[in-house]
Amino acid sequence: MSASEMHATLKRRQFLQASGLGLALTAGGRVVKVMAASDTEPSTLSAYISIGHDGVITIGAPNPEVGQGVNTSLPMIIAEELDAAWSDVKVVSAPVDASRFGAQFAGGSLSVPMRWDELRRVGATARAMLLRAASEEMEVPEVELSTRDSRVTHEESGRSLTYAELALGASQFPLPDTDDLILKSAEQYRLLGKRITNASAAAVARGKPLFGIDVQVPDMVYACFVKCPHIGGAPLAANLDEIKAQRGVLDAFIIEGEAGPYTFDIRNSTRVSPGVAIVARDTWSAMRARKGLKVDWDTSSASSDDSEQISAAARAAAKRAKGAEIVRSTGDVSAAMADASVTATAFYSADFISHAQLEPQSCVASVTDQSAEVWTSSQTPSAVEQLLPAFLSLPPQAVTIHSVRGGGGFGRRLSNEYIFEAARISKRIGKPVKLQWSREDDMAFDYFRSPLYLNMEGGVSEQGRLVAWKHHVISGSADGQKANYGAHYRGQNFPDDLVPNVEISQTLLTSKTPTGAWRAPFSNVYAFAEQSFLCELAAAAGRDYRDFLIELLGDDRWFKEGDRNALNTARAKAVISAACESANWGRDLPAGRGLGLAFFFSHAGHVAEVAEVSVDAGRKVTVHDVWVAADVGQVINLSGVENQIEGSVIDGLSALANQRITIREGRIQETNFDQYPLLRMPQAPRVHVQMLASGYAPTGAGEPALPPLAPAVGNAVFAACGERVRELPFSKAG
Amino acid sequence: MTLNLTINNESHDLSHIDPDMPLLWALRDHLGLVGTKYGCGIAQCGACTVWLDDEPARACQLPVGQLEGKSITTVEGLASDALHPVQRAWIDHDVAQCGYCQAGQIMSAAALLARNPSPSDEDIDVAMAGNICRCGTYVRIRKAIRAASDALGAGVAFYEPADTSVPQEVLS
Repeated sequence: MSASEMHATLKRRQFLQASGLGLALTAGGRVVKVMAASDTEPSTLSAYISIGHDGVITIGAPNPEVGQGVNTSLPMIIAEELDAAWSDVKVVSAPVDASRFGAQFAGGSLSVPMRWDELRRVGATARAMLLRAASEEMEVPEVELSTRDSRVTHEESGRSLTYAELALGASQFPLPDTDDLILKSAEQYRLLGKRITNASAAAVARGKPLFGIDVQVPDMVYACFVKCPHIGGAPLAANLDEIKAQRGVLDAFIIEGEAGPYTFDIRNSTRVSPGVAIVARDTWSAMRARKGLKVDWDTSSASSDDSEQISAAARAAAKRAKGAEIVRSTGDVSAAMADASVTATAFYSADFISHAQLEPQSCVASVTDQSAEVWTSSQTPSAVEQLLPAFLSLPPQAVTIHSVRGGGGFGRRLSNEYIFEAARISKRIGKPVKLQWSREDDMAFDYFRSPLYLNMEGGVSEQGRLVAWKHHVISGSADGQKANYGAHYRGQNFPDDLVPNVEISQTLLTSKTPTGAWRAPFSNVYAFAEQSFLCELAAAAGRDYRDFLIELLGDDRWFKEGDRNALNTARAKAVISAACESANWGRDLPAGRGLGLAFFFSHAGHVAEVAEVSVDAGRKVTVHDVWVAADVGQVINLSGVENQIEGSVIDGLSALANQRITIREGRIQETNFDQYPLLRMPQAPRVHVQMLASGYAPTGAGEPALPPLAPAVGNAVFAACGERVRELPFSKAG
Repeated sequence: MTLNLTINNESHDLSHIDPDMPLLWALRDHLGLVGTKYGCGIAQCGACTVWLDDEPARACQLPVGQLEGKSITTVEGLASDALHPVQRAWIDHDVAQCGYCQAGQIMSAAALLARNPSPSDEDIDVAMAGNICRCGTYVRIRKAIRAASDALGAGVAFYEPADTSVPQEVLS
């Protein structure tokens, strides 16, 4: 079975020719992108849609699929405006080609909002061309025609033609002017907002070869790559001859690489760590030989991080606000604090955690002197497309990147070092190779979520209003200058723009352990501190937390009209009210049981969650139910969105319960799931999801429901037993 | 030395591979049966769950040399071209997100229903506790197992190939 058959990932030319009839926007077919990823330059869009004689409408899904469901939601947007029957649609993974598909990446819950205008226009453009073809064929004016279910109909005469019949004619026309396109209004949607089965549901259930790890190409060999456990160290020597003599081993060699710790640099880095490659005839032979590998490591430039020391330094720094950089200041916090009737101070902390996506990193690379081909489950295939040719000293047209489904992303697959490792090994041995990281490799060489520490202070007036809001953020940094990714204060409307007196300061500590983006960066920790501490203040002032939040949000207001990243207080209040209503907030509960509420706005999504927990005499916490109300604008695929939100709740609970990475002498101590436990089914609560239809444009759903979970549970624990948990993971509190 | 394994009711000659090799890697690298997944290698995640004589087992812990005479079923052999009620329920309830763990989840769920066609909620949680889903699809897995249990209770052993179409809309 060839890889291209397996993944239905068609190469660029094949894609245009695939079904014979291109509505693919080819020669001269330039459409100016309305909303581009990062640039405002016009670029070519093409080949999203082709329509076959058999009526099959093939739609390319442009962004990587790692479980967010964009292989279904993005084609649905095209199909809606095209008026294609979804049962006629076949989804394929679009080729990796930034010149035609723009920035292809999966991150920041951005796939849907960034593609929304573009894909609606792609669908509407094709529909306009089909209408024109039908008008000529039937010799009636276009205004008398309507479209539905892959068919153009002339109501008056009762005549109709299918898209399959019209496609060839339509493809001869020049593209219509995008200014003339009429897009549907929300009430005209037939597909969007429904619960549509994921395009890969059947293949997943049948165990079909869908994932990066499943790729097999002819003459392929297998490799593992052993790096220094003390991050950044390099091999001086290894017992390579002994390894080469092992059964099934084909080769073993040292890759020089770049020694020293490294940072998260998706756009520019082609860095390969130093290490020992073992090439074998199958994965097991490589893994077994590895057990006998003896390496003399040079750790002189390696990290010597110790997570306990980092944590202690953060606690010490929290107490010395002097010298911290003031990143936000409004009013007079000191005076307001002095005047407040209730004040509180609390220290919140969160440890390093790992991504632990279930599919360990792997990559198939086939590199020769003339060309290269890689199959990868990267979240940033556009970055690979950009960087790999120069890395291999090949012209861009000689390099093909296949974007293959990934077994989870969560930010781990934003970086691509394993792809460069595989390419380096393939080039050296002159054969296609599958590089397979072990679970232990995956846990040792992650870009971890940076630890974050927050010293929170606040004051509430006699009237029960928040009048002073102050905190000191202590974050990691590789160089002491720039905060680790996702670990710096970025400025936010809630509550900073709602409180008259605000002061936020930041201190950076230096650490060498690589950190990166972990689902809902910054927000995943910050929401815990912010929403827990606000609840502490409300409780100290004798206020109900729902009322306190609603009052704090105040009048209806969109902080920056038209900006999806700006808080909309009306939407915020609506989700808080809805979640509380679903949970029957305020009801009486037996001793040891409590409800906790949290609201957070991140990744353009307004989300409120209420958790019901019990705490038993042994201080064991059980989460029974979580009610979620979310507003992410127009829902594309209701089933997909609900799934993401249910998963965010489980994932958030999984992280807060037990997950913690510890580091000694620059070496990660946890090696596998026995030491780094993920939530299992018996611990999973019931999750009740309610999507609010607010009429706004769609935003992403992969991340915004995660941040409110930890504080909702923390607030519920407080309600149940009066104990306040201020550390992530909760297991640290015993 | 000869080594013949019965996998999905077919006999496979594995004499050429090392008897120490875990079944997981024999399936994936030598037999092209890649539905069985590698997640941890230490029987913690359940992604490699197969049936060994109809009992769920972790393929990462089964050296092939010890499997002579055993009958092995992988996700590919669960229903061949037909659909097992568990697979049907997984599709109908749109369970998967990334989908990587789901073959293992399906094999555990189908094994549970084979020995206990009407499991309690607690039975389900206990039987599925060995399978990790990092995407957090547990809520839907529970629902799908209930649906599959109902189908089995109604006498559906398999959905024939002609009756395996994917519904456009998800059952709510």
